[in-house]
Formats: sequence, structure tokens, C-alpha cells
Amino acid sequence: MTLAAATNENLANISNVLVYSSMAVYTLAFLAHIAEWVFGSRSKVGRTAAALTGGAAAAPAVQVTAKAKGGTAVLDRPKVVTRSAAGTRDVPDGPGADGGTEQGDIYGRIAVSLTIVGFLVEAGGVVTRAMSVQRAPWGNMYEFSVTFSTVAVGAYLVLLALKKNVRWIGLILVTTVLLDLGVATTWLYTDSDQLVPALDSYWLWIHVSTAIFCGAVFYLGAVGTLLYLFRDSYENKLANGGKPGSFATSVLERLPSAASLDKLSYRINAAVFPLWTFTIIAGAIWAGDAWGRYWGWDPKEVWSFVTWVAYAAYLHARATAGWKGRKAAYLALFAFATWLWNYYGVNIFITGKHSYAGV
Amino acid sequence: MSKTETDATSGADADERELAAGAQLSTAPKEEAPSVASIGVIGWLRWFWRQLTSMRVALILLFLLSLGSIPGSLIPQNSVDELKVQDFKAAHTTLTPIYEKLQLFDVYSSVWFSAIYLLLFISLIGCIVPRTWQFVGQLRSRAPRAPGRLDRMPAYTTWHTEADPEDVRAAGLAMLRKRRFRAHADGDAVAAEKGYLREAGNLLFHVSLIVMLVAFATGTLFKSEGGKLVVEGDGFANHLTQYDDFKSGSFFDTDDLDPFSFSLDRFEGRYAQSGPERGTPRVYKAHVSWTKGTDGTERKAEIEVNRPLEVDGTKVYLIGHGYAPVVTVRDGKGKVSYKGAVPLLPIDSNSTSTGAIKVADGYRDKDGKKEQLGFNAFFVPTFAGEGKGEMFSQFPAPNFPVLALSAYHGSLGIDSGLPQNVYQLDTSKMKKFEDKDGELLKQRLLPGETMKLPNGAGSVTFEKDLKEWASFQVSHQSGNGLALGGAILALSGLVASLFIQRRRVWIRATEGPDGVTVVEMAGLGRSESAKLPEELADLAVTLNATAPTAAEAEPAAEPSEATALDSPESAEDPAESAEEAADHPAEGAEK
Ligand code: HEM
Repeated sequence: MTLAAATNENLANISNVLVYSSMAVYTLAFLAHIAEWVFGSRSKVGRTAAALTGGAAAAPAVQVTAKAKGGTAVLDRPKVVTRSAAGTRDVPDGPGADGGTEQGDIYGRIAVSLTIVGFLVEAGGVVTRAMSVQRAPWGNMYEFSVTFSTVAVGAYLVLLALKKNVRWIGLILVTTVLLDLGVATTWLYTDSDQLVPALDSYWLWIHVSTAIFCGAVFYLGAVGTLLYLFRDSYENKLANGGKPGSFATSVLERLPSAASLDKLSYRINAAVFPLWTFTIIAGAIWAGDAWGRYWGWDPKEVWSFVTWVAYAAYLHARATAGWKGRKAAYLALFAFATWLWNYYGVNIFITGKHSYAGV
Repeated sequence: MSKTETDATSGADADERELAAGAQLSTAPKEEAPSVASIGVIGWLRWFWRQLTSMRVALILLFLLSLGSIPGSLIPQNSVDELKVQDFKAAHTTLTPIYEKLQLFDVYSSVWFSAIYLLLFISLIGCIVPRTWQFVGQLRSRAPRAPGRLDRMPAYTTWHTEADPEDVRAAGLAMLRKRRFRAHADGDAVAAEKGYLREAGNLLFHVSLIVMLVAFATGTLFKSEGGKLVVEGDGFANHLTQYDDFKSGSFFDTDDLDPFSFSLDRFEGRYAQSGPERGTPRVYKAHVSWTKGTDGTERKAEIEVNRPLEVDGTKVYLIGHGYAPVVTVRDGKGKVSYKGAVPLLPIDSNSTSTGAIKVADGYRDKDGKKEQLGFNAFFVPTFAGEGKGEMFSQFPAPNFPVLALSAYHGSLGIDSGLPQNVYQLDTSKMKKFEDKDGELLKQRLLPGETMKLPNGAGSVTFEKDLKEWASFQVSHQSGNGLALGGAILALSGLVASLFIQRRRVWIRATEGPDGVTVVEMAGLGRSESAKLPEELADLAVTLNATAPTAAEAEPAAEPSEATALDSPESAEDPAESAEEAADHPAEGAEK
């Protein structure tokens, strides 16, 4: 018994060391990303401006896409001509943070490698924490926060592995992960321990794990949305003959086009929405077991509902004339803000039935 | 570009219409400019109805619903915690009348909140019914004819082949049908459509929302919920009179109470002995014996926090726990006036508890006159020790129980007819028992110890047999199954609606001027989707096997702008870069 307790204490310490180490590694990744952006700024890209201003007249209504998917059958595949939808700007995506420069690219690759290392170390921290308490590691806000950033980084790495064009998120992601871990280790830290009986239900684990996952992925969607808004104003300005500042140009030019960003964040949000719906249902089932009612307008429940309805409004906005684009994007940001508030604000500032999780 | 010799002039218009119809791959209501002609009341009503059932108003109502739920989480709610509301009202005297006017203490049953969701659901019904008809119509009709010029469609491909046009069409039709397209031959072309499940899913989702609302409403209207505190050894039978407090929905009838009873045999609480969470419960269980009906057999059960006892439609939840010291009160002659377990309420997490002992009948003072006795009781299960700080418990388990009493006599005020809090002593009509110094008589008692009342007024004994109590919530809620069913349907509808793409595909095979067959294929989705060209390419490759490309170089559309595409994937890739689960969530009806 005492022996087991000592092992657990050991594991808990190892977990702490791993979390701190991952912060160190992420800091290096952060620096590498900065280098990537700095070197990338030395390239002269200018494709966006060309497409939107002088060259705009020559910009074709028809783009040709070689079907290179799958690699092997490239040559046999017929060429499919795609036409972009009427009314959208035909703007190519930017080259990414490295600006197409070789040096930038090298730093970018270093940053991604470091992010992978950071991710593995952090995931190790989560796993050892779970082993030390012999339960799922989601019992208090410290544990939520660490898992949250691990999942966000993991989702990003999966997208990268699938060869999606998301490396430009890297810098923002690593920065927020560092913030999240900083807050977690300084203010939210709780020693590892068992749980009060009310938290002891497998529905709770389903509910909490999907909630963390949804939040982490919604976060990626929100980053896409925010950058969409910047990039969209930038493209608008260019199209109207304006001249954005050189810093804005340098940064925004390298991002994917507004249309691509918009689509990316839509897809992320739309894909997570059903899971978020499921999260709320799982929570309701658990509440039904624990408190005798599946829905009782407890603050946490209220805010999950607010978030859910806000994302539903966003999906509706996308299907409503006059609400696509920027207005829908504002709704998406509002929706994510309500998620964040539910996570931090409600846990810290509002007492309800959910507030025994030991902040 | 390969030309087809079809009516090119009128065809162009038709194509634009077809393209615009991309939006029509959904049954979403079209936005109409409100033309408020002077058509009188009916016209206005119709206009109002159109507005209410439009996507724009649905969106606004949804947003309002989201905003409107917020105050209920920031301001205490009667439905959640009435005591908190009382505290808030006492602390905010200026805000309270305003809040009361705005029904901010009952947000979720307020007029304005109800108005939002009722309008939303009327809008929803007004939206679903026509959409369902439209969808049924689409299911019964065939996929729309091929547009005149396929090369205007969002995805397009073409090649020349030696095969006979008729054979190509037949092969195309067979291929599309095999891939579960709804396809039919249409002149020189084949028209096909797939992905109807998307629309079905969307309708299912919205209908399920109504099911969930109905379930929620029945749950609220028919529910009953009551609390009961039971001391070890005591019991409870499910009658209205037995509850400490009871709430029910408007349609609830007392006959709806399921007949059953249970008694609390033992409460078992074990707590963390060490570590940062010392004192938090590890085992928290009520051992009960229960009987269904009036004379059923007795069964044993354990009720834990997440594991209620279920009897028919009623569930018994373990809500709280505390201590009930057993005391014996004797009068001056040594006759027992009162003996019983007195439940005290915990005020902190270590079960420091307070309450009152009230002796209403059976006590006579030294002159033999009837009088009432009252004691303020303060109890700690684990005492810190004499002289060690305040009388606050150090641990929730009864390791070193101490009961502190202060004594009064006179009238308890029970007979005034006003409801009284059993845990509080109203000393307004009582006199203190005084100690030697003329102060209020107080004493700390260990189990088995007795406090003597002055002047032969009798005594109080803290018996060794310390009891615990558990409080239960007994609730009956109908519509749970319906709500769960609705939620599951909603979820599956949502998944279908978001992950299935509805799209049309056309194949046209005609004989070109040189006698070689020209095959054209085009696809139309709800928007430019990365999946659609890919699927079209797949189909083309398959068809290409039966209609191989003619030796001559194909006159397909060549890249007219190569510079924008130095990396061939760049135009398409980000569109796809959703996270892996997002295989192909359909776009919103982008035009
Ligand atoms: C009770 C509130 C409502 C909620 C929570 C809700 C939620 C949703 C969600 C999450 C979607 C996205 C699914 C998809 O894109 O296919 C959606 C789509 C849709 N909703 Fe609602 N909805 C509500 C009320 C309404 C109302 C009142 C209308 C009619 C005016 C409506 C019409 C539609 C339509 C037409 C779509 C499909 C848009 C498309 O084809 O992309 N909804 N709804």
C-alpha cells in the first residue's frame, strides 16, 4: 500500500518534469517558428497583389488542377477542370510562413520537428499523470489544461501528417500552448489525487474527454477564422486599390487565401459540431445519473448550450444569403469565446454543481 | 474546349440556371425580397409568415436564444437554488425590483425567453413542412437533365474515344447506378444525382429538435421531485406527507407517486486520510432496505452518488449526509421527556454541524408545570482537542465526536401556526438557563456525558449511540426516454447532414465531326468541393476503361494560367485541410 503510494508519487513527479520539459521544447519550437517567419519575409511573393490588382484582368475564370492525389495513377487520370464559384475572388494561396525561401523552410521544418518532440513529451506527461492517479487524467483544471494543449497540438500534427496546408498555424499554436501550460503550471496546479465520488462515472469520462477534444479542435477553427478576417480585409484593400502596410503585407501575403481559410475553419467547425452535440448529450446522461435530472440550467450546462446554439447559428449563417463570409466569421468567434468562457470563466468565477472539480 | 453541337444559344441561359440551381441541391428556403404590396391583412400575414420562416429570422432567433440563456447563469435562479436567490435579493435591494420585472430570477420560464424559443419552434415547423414536401417531390422526380454546355459546370472533363456513343452512355449509366447514383438516360446524355441522405438527415435533425422540445416540456410539466432526510434506522414511504419539501410540474397528480418505501439501514462514509484532498469522500454509500408496493418483499440496495435506486419510474438519489446525535432529556424527577436522534446540518466539508433540539411536549419543570425546552446544538465529528482553536471539525469521520449545547426554556413558538425551521431555535419567547456566573448555560459533551440543567430542572445526555443521516432526492420525470431518443436521432441526422454531399453528375457522349466519339463529364455540388472533382475523376477513369482515349492527342482544356499553380495542389488542398473527421462536410449553400 505504502509502496504503491510511493510509486504513484514518483509517477506524479515524473509527469510534472515531463510537462515542464515539454514547455522547454515548445519554447524552442516557438523560436524556430519566429526564425521561419523572419526568413520568409525576405522573399518577394507578391502573388496576391498581382492576382488582385494589375494582373487581375488576366486572372482566369478557369483553373486547372492536375489530379495528383494518390501519387501512382497521376498519368492515367483525366484532367478535371474546376471552375470556382461565381462571386468568390480567384486568389491563390500564399506560400506559407517560410515565404518559399529555403532558409525559412529549414527553420519551419525544425519548428515542426520540435513541436513533435514537445507533443510526445507532453503526452508522456499526461499518461504518467493518469498512471499516478489511476484514472483518466481529467479531474481538475490543471489536468484539463494540459490535456487540452496536447490534443490541440496532436490535431495540428495529424493535419500536417495528412499533408494539409496548415503549417502557418504553427507559430500561433505553439504560442498559445505555452500560455496555456504556463497558466496551468503556475495557477491551476493541483497535486494528483483521487476524485470525489460525484465525478466517478464513466459517462463523465466520455463527456470530459470529448469536451476537451472539441475545445482543442474548435480552437484551431477559431484561429483559421481570425486569420480569415485579417486576410479578407487585406484582399479587399488590395482589390480596391489600397496599399496595406508592409508588415501586414509581409505576414498576410504568406497565408492561404481568404476563401481557403474560410473553408478550412468551416470544415473544422462543422466536423466538430456533431461531436460537441454528443458531448452535451453525454453530459446530460451523466447529470441524469448523478443529480436526478438530465437538464437543470446549471451554469456549466447553460454555457454548453450557449456554445452549441452559437455554433448552430454559425452553420445557419453559412447557409443564409447576406450572412456568409465576415458576418458568419464573427458568429464563429463569438461561439468559440463562449466555449472559452465556459472553460475558464465558469470554473473560476461561478459556483454551480460543477464546481467541485478543485479548479 | 470541345464543343457540342447542341442548341448553344438557349443553352447558355439554361446553364446559368442550372449553376444557380446548385443552391437548390438543398431545400433551404430562398431569401425573397419582402414585397409588401397593398394586399391588406392577408398579405401582411403572409409576409409575416414568410419572414418568420426565413433562414434570416431563424438565424436571428437562434442567436437571441444563445444570448438569452446567458443571464440565467450569472444571476441566481429560483429553479436552481432558491436560497441563493433570497441571499441575492437581500444583498441587492435596488437591482431586485428591476430583475423581478424582467423575470431574471426565472429566466428559463420567463415570458421573453419562452417567446424566443416558441417563435423559433414555430419557425422551425413552418420551415420543415414545406421543405419536406419539396424533398419528397425531388425524390419522386428524376435527376435534372444535362445542361447544354457541360464545360460550364464546376467540375468538367472530356476525352475522345473510338467507342460507340451509345455504348459509352450505356456503360456510364451502369457505372453510375452501380455507385448508387439515381441515374437515367436522357437523350445524348446520362443524368445522375446522389446524396439525398444529406437532405433527409437535415430534416431528421430539425424534426428531432421538436421531439426533444416536446420531451423536455412533458418532463417539466409532469415531473415531481422531493427531498427527504432519513436518519439511520428510520424509513420513508412515498407519500406526499412524508416529504420534507416537494415540487411538481403543473400537470402532476399525487396519484402518480409510485408506491414504495425504504429504510436507511446504515450510511457508510470513508474519507481520504491524507494528501491534499484529505477529508474528501472516497466511499459514500447509503445501505437501504426497500419494498415495492405496500406488501412486497423487502430487498437490500446501496445508493451512491451516481447510482440511484430505481423503482418503476421513480429514482432515489443520494444527495447529502450528516450526523444525528442521540440525546435524552430528563426532567427534574429523572423521567425521560424526550429521547431521539436529532439531525444536524453540516456547515463545512468536515461536517461541523449545527441545529436545534426542541422538546415540545412531555417536559415538566420542577414545579410540575408544562414547559418547553430548546437547545442550540453544535456538533463536530472530530474535535481538535481542548484549547485547540475553535469548535470546528478537523475531519468528516466521527473520530472524536463532541456535542456542544446551550440551553433555553419557555415557549418554542411552534404553536403560533407559522412554519418553523427545525434546525433553528427561535429564542424570542425563551429564557436562558443560566450557569453560576449568570451566563447562558453551555457545555461540551463527549458521548455518554450529561449536562445538568440548573436548579433541578433536569438534564440532557449525549448518548454513545451516534447516528448518521442521509438525504435523498426522490424524483419522477417522464419523457426521459423520448428526450434521449430525440437526441440520438438529432445526432444521426446531423452527421448525415454535415458529412454527406449532395451532387449531380452528367455524362454526354456524342459523335464529333470527325466521327470520333466525344465523351464529356461534369459534376455539380452545393459548392466547389475538393471531393467533387476527385469523384468525377474517379468516375472518368472507370468509364475510360470501357471507352479508352483515342490515339490522337486530346483537345481538352489546357491550363490557361500556369503561373498561379506552380504547385498543382495549392489551389485545392486547403479546401480539404479539414481535420480528418471532416471528410467532406458539405458546404453551406454557397452560390
Ligand atoms: C431550433 C433551432 C435550430 C437549430 C438548433 C438548428 C440547427 C441547424 C444546424 C446545426 C444546421 C447545420 C446542418 C447543415 O448544415 O446541414 C442547420 C441547417 C439548416 N437549418 Fe436549422 N436549426 C434550427 C432551426 C431552423 C429553422 C427555424 C429553420 C428554417 C427557417 C432552419 C433551416 C435550416 C436549413 C434550411 C438548413 C440547411 C442549410 C443547408 O442546407 O446548408 N433551421 N440547422
